Amino acid sequence: MNASALIFIIIGLSLISYFSGRHRASVSAKSQTLIALPKHYGYMTAIWSGLPALLLIILWAMFKPAYLHEQIIQSLPASVILQAQDQLDLYVNSINLAIENGEPVEDPIMQKAMESYQVADSNSKWILTTLVFVIGLSGIIFSLTGALTKVQARVKVEKVIRIFLMLCSAVAIVTTIGIVLSVLFEALRFFEAVSFFDFVFGTTWSPQTAIRVDQVGSSGSFGAIPLFVGTILISLIALIIAVPIGLLSAIYLSEYASAKFRAIAKPALEVLAGIPTVVYGFFAALTVAPFIRDVGQSIGLTVASESALAAGIVMGVMIIPFVSSLSDDVINAVPQAMRDGSLGLGATQSETIKQVIIPAALPGIVGGVLLAASRAIGETMIVVMAAGLSAKLTANPLEAVTTVTVQIVTLLTGDQEFDSPKTLAAFALGLMLFVTTLVLNVFALHIVRKYREQYE
Amino acid sequence: MTTQVNGLDSLALRADDMATQNNSENLTADKHQDVEVLETIGENILENPKFSTRNVNVFYGEKQAIFDASLDIGQNEVIALIGPSGCGKSTYLRALNRMNDTIDSCRVSGQLKLDGEDIYDKKMDPVLLRARVGMVFQKPNPFPKSIYDNVAYGPRIHGLAKNSTDLDEIVITSLERAGLFNEVKDRLTAPGTGLSGGQQQRLCIARTIAVSPEVILMDEPASALDPIATAIIEELIDELRENYTIAIVTHSMQQAARVSQRTAYFHLGKLVEVGETNLIFTNPRHQLTENYITGKFG
Repeated sequence: MNASALIFIIIGLSLISYFSGRHRASVSAKSQTLIALPKHYGYMTAIWSGLPALLLIILWAMFKPAYLHEQIIQSLPASVILQAQDQLDLYVNSINLAIENGEPVEDPIMQKAMESYQVADSNSKWILTTLVFVIGLSGIIFSLTGALTKVQARVKVEKVIRIFLMLCSAVAIVTTIGIVLSVLFEALRFFEAVSFFDFVFGTTWSPQTAIRVDQVGSSGSFGAIPLFVGTILISLIALIIAVPIGLLSAIYLSEYASAKFRAIAKPALEVLAGIPTVVYGFFAALTVAPFIRDVGQSIGLTVASESALAAGIVMGVMIIPFVSSLSDDVINAVPQAMRDGSLGLGATQSETIKQVIIPAALPGIVGGVLLAASRAIGETMIVVMAAGLSAKLTANPLEAVTTVTVQIVTLLTGDQEFDSPKTLAAFALGLMLFVTTLVLNVFALHIVRKYREQYE
Repeated sequence: MTTQVNGLDSLALRADDMATQNNSENLTADKHQDVEVLETIGENILENPKFSTRNVNVFYGEKQAIFDASLDIGQNEVIALIGPSGCGKSTYLRALNRMNDTIDSCRVSGQLKLDGEDIYDKKMDPVLLRARVGMVFQKPNPFPKSIYDNVAYGPRIHGLAKNSTDLDEIVITSLERAGLFNEVKDRLTAPGTGLSGGQQQRLCIARTIAVSPEVILMDEPASALDPIATAIIEELIDELRENYTIAIVTHSMQQAARVSQRTAYFHLGKLVEVGETNLIFTNPRHQLTENYITGKFG
C-alpha cells in the first residue's frame, strides 16, 4: 500500500480508537470515579493509535531513498562498483530511471539490481503496513481493556499537546537559523575572494569582476561603506520625518481627540501602512523628487533628479503609521490612575502628558521607533525608484545615493552565476544588513524589557 | 381593625390593639421606614463652611448617579462619606475637585462652592482648583519616577520652590508629615513604584500635601492596604486635620468612626443622613442608615 492510503488507514484507526476509548471510559464512569473526562481517554487512545504510526511513515519516507539505493549498490557485482564514483552514480541513476519508467532492460546486471530494488521496496511496504495496523489496533485493544481507566489520560494528552506546541515554535526558530546559516556560508565564500576588512571598511563600491585575467579595468572594489552611509542617510531622513509626526499624532489621537474623530483618523492613518511600497516609489520618483529639484533650483541649489531627500521623505511618510499606531497603543495602555494622579495634583493636561505619560510610555515608543527604523533600513522599492543606483560616499541629502538593499537587488537581477565575488557580495551585504537590524531589534527588546513594568 | 366587635371583652381587645398600633406608628415616625429618601436628615448644612454644595446632581450619560445632594464640609474637619458600593460617594467626592471632567459622559449640576467661589463657574480653572483641592486615590498610584521626583512633581509644576534647597525642604517636610521620611531617607532616588503598598499610599499623600492644598479628598485610601499600613494612614489623617480639611470615602465603618468628626451616609445616589460621627454610629435616625451600620446590607 502506498503512503497516502496508509495515512487514511491511520486516520480511520485513530477515529475508531477515539470512539472506543471514550465509550469504554464513559461506561466505566457509571461504576467508578474516573481521574479524567471520557473524552480525554478517547484522545489518548486515538493518539496511541495514530501518532507512532504517523511518525513511522515520516521516518520511512525520509530513509526509503537511501535504503533502496543501498539495496541497488549491494546487488551490483564488484566490477561495476569498483569504477569511478561519477561513473557509478550515472549507472545507478540509469537503473532508477528504468525503474521509474517501467521500461524493460537488456543488461542482466541492471535487471538484477531492479529486481532486488523491487523486492526491497515491496518488503518494506509490507512491513510498514503491518506495523501501522499493529500500532493502530493495539490502541483500540488497549481501549477495550480494564487498564484504560487506570491511566492518567488527561496528563498524557496534555503532555503530547505541549510537545506539539513546542515543535511549532521550534519551526520559526529553526527557519531563522537556517536563513542565517545559508546567508552566512555564501558570505564566507565571498570573503574568500575579498578580504573582510576591504569589504567592511572600503570606501569605494564598484562590483566588477574580471571574466579574463588580463581584462582591462576589471578590478572591482567591494567597499560597503558608501552603501551603509546611503542607507543610514535615507533612514535618518525617514525617521526625522516619521518620529515627530507619528508621535505627535499619537499624542493627539490618544489624549485630545474625541472618540468619534479617533475612530475615523486611526484607521485612516493605518491605511498608509497598507499602500504597496512600489506605489510609494512612483510617488517619490514622479512627484516628490521633481518637486524637490524644482524648489532647490529656484533657490539656487543643485539637486539631483534622484535624491536621498526625496526617497527619505517618502519613506518617512510610509513609516509614520508604525510610529503612530504603536505609540498610540502604549500611550493608551498607561493606566488612567497615572493621569488622575497628575491631574489631581493640579497639573495641566500637557504637563501630565510631558512629564508622566510620555515617560511611562517611553519603552513602547522607543520600540515602535526602532521597528520603524528597521523597516526603513530594509526598504528597497522606494530607494530603487527615487534615490538612484550610484554608490556615492556623501552626506549631502540632495545627491543621489544608493542603499544596501538596492545593491543586493541589482547584483542578483538577471542571469547570474553564483560563483563570482560580484554575486556573492549580495550575500555578504545581506548578512551585514541582517546583523544591523538584529542589533537594532535586540536593543529595542532590551529597552522595552528594562522599563516595561515600571508603572505597574 | 375593620371587623365590628361588640361587648366588654372586645372593647378591651380593641384598646390593646390600638396601643400596639400607636407604638409601631411611633417607631416608623422615628426611623423613616420608607425606602424612598425624600430629604436628607441631620446637620448637612453648616455655618461658614469650607465646601458648600447644594442640590448636586451628577449624570453619567443618561444615568443619574447623584440626586440632589446638599452637604457642607467645615474648616479643618474630617468628614467620612460612607455607604454601600455604587451609592455615589466616590462620584460625589470627584465632583469636589472636578476630577469628573476627565470622564466625557459625566455632567454635574447644582451649586458647589469652595470658600464661596463657584467651582463649576466658567472662570474657575480646574487646574488651579485641583492644586487647592488635592486627591488621594483608592489604589496607590505613584508615578514611574524616583521617590524624590514623585513628591517634587507638584511643587515643580506650580513653581512653589525658588531653588533646589527650597525644593529639598518641601520634599522632606512632606515626606515627614506623611510619616514616610524615616523609611525612605536613604533611597530618595529609588523608584517610587518599588515601595510597599502602604508606603506607596503614604508617598501619594506626601505628594498631595507637597502642593499645600487646602482640602484633601481621599477615595478609600486604605482599602488596598493591610491593617498595620491602614493604622498608620489613619493616624496620619488625624494629624493632618490640624492644617487641612479632609473628606474621606471609606467602606470601613470602623475607619469612619476612628478618623472622622462628621459622617454622611449615601444610599443609591441620595444623601440619606449626616451627623456627628459618634451619634450616627450610636443613634442613627434613618432606618437605611441603621440597616447599613448594623450590617443588614452593604
